[in-house]
Amino acid sequence: MSWITDTLTSTIGRKVLMALTGLFLILFLAVHLAGNLQLLMNDGGEAFNKYAYNMGHNPLIRVVSIGNFVFILLHIVVSILLTRRNKAARPVGYKESAGASNSTWASRNMGVLGTIILIFLVVHLKGFWFEFKFGAVPTVDYDGVSFKNVYLIVQEAYKELWYALFYVVSMGFLAFHLSHGFASAFQTLGLNHKKYSPIISGLGKGFAILVPLLFALIPVIIYIKSLG
Amino acid sequence: MKLDSKIPEGPLAEKWTKHKFNQKLVNPANKRKYDIIIVGTGLAGASAAASLAELGYNVKAFCFQDSPRRAHSIAAQGGINAAKNYRNDGDSVYRLFYDTIKGGDYRAREANVYRLAEVSVNIIDQCVAQGVPFAREYGGLLDNRSFGGAQVSRTFYARGQTGQQLLLGAYSALSRQVSTGKVKLYTRSEMLDVVIVDGKARGIVTRNLITGKIESHSAHAVVLASGGYGNVFFLSTNAMGSNVTAAWRAHKKGALFANPCYTQIHPTCIPVSGDHQSKLTLMSESLRNDGRVWVPATKEMAEKLRKGEIKANDIAEADRDYYLERRYPSFGNLVPRDVASRNAKYVCDEGRGVNETGEAVFLDFRDAIKRDSEDVIRARYGNLFDMYQQITGENPYKVPMKIYPAVHYTMGGLWVDYNLMTNVPGLYATGESNFSDHGANRLGASALMQGLADGYFVLPYTIGDYLAGVPATKVETTAPEFQEAEKAVKERINTLLNIKGSKTVDHFHKRLGKIMWDYCGMARTAEGLTKAKAMIKELREEFWKDVKVVGTNEELNMSLEKANRVADFLELGELMVDDALNRNESCGGHFREEYQTPEGEALRDDDNFAYVAAWQYTGDNQPEVLHKEPLAFENVKLTQRSYK
Amino acid sequence: MNLTLNVWRQKNTQDKGGFKSYQVSDVSADMSFLEMMDVLNEKLEVQGEDPIHFDHDCREGICGMCSMYINGKPHGPQQTTTCQLHMRSFKDGETITIEPWRAAAFPVVKDLVVDRSAFDRIIQSGGYVSVNTGGTPDANEIPIPKKIADEAFESAECIGCGACVAACKNASAMLFVSAKVSQLALLPQGQVERKERAEKMVAQMDAEGFGSCTNTGACEAECPKGISLTNIARLNREYLSAKLTSENV
Repeated sequence: MSWITDTLTSTIGRKVLMALTGLFLILFLAVHLAGNLQLLMNDGGEAFNKYAYNMGHNPLIRVVSIGNFVFILLHIVVSILLTRRNKAARPVGYKESAGASNSTWASRNMGVLGTIILIFLVVHLKGFWFEFKFGAVPTVDYDGVSFKNVYLIVQEAYKELWYALFYVVSMGFLAFHLSHGFASAFQTLGLNHKKYSPIISGLGKGFAILVPLLFALIPVIIYIKSLG
Repeated sequence: MKLDSKIPEGPLAEKWTKHKFNQKLVNPANKRKYDIIIVGTGLAGASAAASLAELGYNVKAFCFQDSPRRAHSIAAQGGINAAKNYRNDGDSVYRLFYDTIKGGDYRAREANVYRLAEVSVNIIDQCVAQGVPFAREYGGLLDNRSFGGAQVSRTFYARGQTGQQLLLGAYSALSRQVSTGKVKLYTRSEMLDVVIVDGKARGIVTRNLITGKIESHSAHAVVLASGGYGNVFFLSTNAMGSNVTAAWRAHKKGALFANPCYTQIHPTCIPVSGDHQSKLTLMSESLRNDGRVWVPATKEMAEKLRKGEIKANDIAEADRDYYLERRYPSFGNLVPRDVASRNAKYVCDEGRGVNETGEAVFLDFRDAIKRDSEDVIRARYGNLFDMYQQITGENPYKVPMKIYPAVHYTMGGLWVDYNLMTNVPGLYATGESNFSDHGANRLGASALMQGLADGYFVLPYTIGDYLAGVPATKVETTAPEFQEAEKAVKERINTLLNIKGSKTVDHFHKRLGKIMWDYCGMARTAEGLTKAKAMIKELREEFWKDVKVVGTNEELNMSLEKANRVADFLELGELMVDDALNRNESCGGHFREEYQTPEGEALRDDDNFAYVAAWQYTGDNQPEVLHKEPLAFENVKLTQRSYK
Repeated sequence: MNLTLNVWRQKNTQDKGGFKSYQVSDVSADMSFLEMMDVLNEKLEVQGEDPIHFDHDCREGICGMCSMYINGKPHGPQQTTTCQLHMRSFKDGETITIEPWRAAAFPVVKDLVVDRSAFDRIIQSGGYVSVNTGGTPDANEIPIPKKIADEAFESAECIGCGACVAACKNASAMLFVSAKVSQLALLPQGQVERKERAEKMVAQMDAEGFGSCTNTGACEAECPKGISLTNIARLNREYLSAKLTSENV
């Protein structure tokens, strides 16, 4: 096992873990967004509720979702290990540092951004995932089959202005995290090429803007609709 | 004292091969019983340290910098010569030998120079094998360029950073031996004395520059690869730390110092901008391949230029004097360094200098850019142009560069025989610290060649011959010779720290530099030199009465480091003047105004001065004793150098 | 021009150290930054004060010895070495803060002088081609495409000054290590030891206590020789493939 632990505990190995888990989470975000956009369909929540049911019952999805939690955890644990190492690498800091002149704010604050996203994640999971799974969720019938009406819970939640706002702001932080993380993951995996790096970088920027924006649109639209 | 150069018998081309065969060998199992000290980790030192460790000797390598990779070889820009004849342009070992002898104005040993040319081809092979990224052509083979003083293209290069790449190659070889434990590295350590036991060099005394600790190191042989002494001029293209101390202490312990007056003034440096100037920056003379050197045709126009009334680009073609092309039609801008430098001085002395101080000439790329495009010129010299712009704030793609000669290299150094051993048994000198291969003037791209030739291919053979005759028993550093040397070093440091005078070390260094530049620089006269000798003596006395060195020995103390070095420069300066006074002729980098041809070229006196002047130290403030090693030329005919 | 300098002073490695303020006057725009420091030091010495210690040697931007962190940036506002920085980059009346490189692997020796021997040890761990002197093939027997040779040269330009470490928020040495690994990975001469080299040099880099790479790009932006981030990607690649395929378990 020694070469494996050697590799995974080296600075590069740990960064590779960050990159791989990060890329998985990016994929997850895309899938999650596709599902969530169904909240905006004018069908009283039928599509979304059915989708939520499938998510909870398809064995493959369930395996993947466990993997997802593991990767989130790994992403967090490794980042803590790296941050501690990086802090130790510079015990005495600079009095003056002109970081803005040589790097982006997001790239220098991935840990802070990640922590904020973690707080969001806790609130988010508590508010929805936990409620769906263990809460008392009203049901709704489609063609005689009974489904949990998770759509209703979402609608109710986003009627609260502060809750909707919390989501919007959190997506802003996610955008910054992605703005660095997306391309950075490729660099860490060694995927840097004259031809492809500009494309990856462009994709990353697009992804970092579009995905959080669409996520944020959902509470905004629901809130506005709720105002009637 | 009879100087025995130990030049092997036989025809020139066979001397080295025969000599190698005649060397005694140390058997592989015994090599590990021998310790070798190497002072300096530049090209000569690092290559020797690596090669000797590979052979099995225990090597201790010393440098005053924080890492061996910082040695000043790193700053060499233009390239390294080798007689590969890859260009099919008529080059050969003999031609490189001939060019070097002629370029040195017939003041070098034929046998040494031939050997240098002979092993030059191996150097390139060695460096390429190490992964040195030389410039290449599209076919994947090595590229060459031409360089001053030669009519063939034999210079291998790595953009404008050849010295860096070669040094990093040698440094990597050295690092490999450090990792095997065969080389022990002592960084931030300065050699302050050589220790002689029973007439043989058996060790050195160093100062740990961080703790101030004076340490003794014992070995079976000591190699000095400590570079040149150009910083005696204060302003030079040498690194700030380059110094003569190691060589000078060896000199004071009996090693002869040869041809100290041979200094090379490099023609293409950035001119002095003010009193604050701490060093001069050289730009590779490869620039002269494409740049054209000129000044205004008239004094009046130059005056207007200095006052800023007109700009260089305003001056019409007819009003420009491309003086090198005019005077030397066949070599043009590619005349050897000494010729180019002296001519720059002449035109500036005529009042045709082009900057505020009147000490600068133009190096113009206008025509080359017109011919080849800006991109081509950028690919060739981009980093040099950037550096020039960084320092001067002017864009050399748009306005001509201003250049002026500056002290760059010292051909003189410790006297060594064919085996690179000084007259002190077991004490070797390699690279710029010895005097051997460049005569009175070094050709461009030959310093790197000599440093690596000595370290990779000469010393590893010759040192074995000596060690084979030395018993493997070690001398303990508790021996009285070491104790005495340590005591003397400590005393000197205490003296320096306790003078507590009123003037800084730099103050004295600058004054010494000015004396040297004014009287022992590009052009010298008996009158000036006599004056300089008295001035240096006086300055030296003042130094020992009035220098101020702050701090203590037991700490990192850069004032103390400088004081130790400048104290030695103050003695060396006088010897340089003595040597220049003694040499009543002009040759290469030594130009005595009294001795010139009607056209103003150096006029040698081969009947009386075809010898190596090796000086022996006889005591503080005592005149040094001159020993002459006659130079025999059996293969080349001595002619007046002509680059017309 | 007149300037105020805020300089880190520290007697030795053990000393805690702190900032001290100095006034310098009549600074010429043509001076290099180090010459400005020379003038100040000359003044301090005349007054009997310990001059500010800083590393410097060639003063032409190639030895890599100079190492000042000026106004929050390694080597100051220009992308050059400190020795090539000139006072025309500053304004009259400015306050300039000067600090040493900060990294656990680069302990302060005195004032602005730090110990960068960690870099040497990294090279010693594998930054070479194992050839002995002599017996090498003719140089032109190893043709190398010009593009590859040029790329290797660009990696080999590194001067080992440590600005990358100083600039990096994690004090990571990845740019330095990757430049050497890249140079030799690109060239045919480096192939034999390619895997071992990447493994050993990264292990030594980690052992020296440098941080990890967050890909902020600060190192590339501050590198006086413009060493590119593509080297770091290559190092990641080299290291991973070495770890996955080498025979070292």
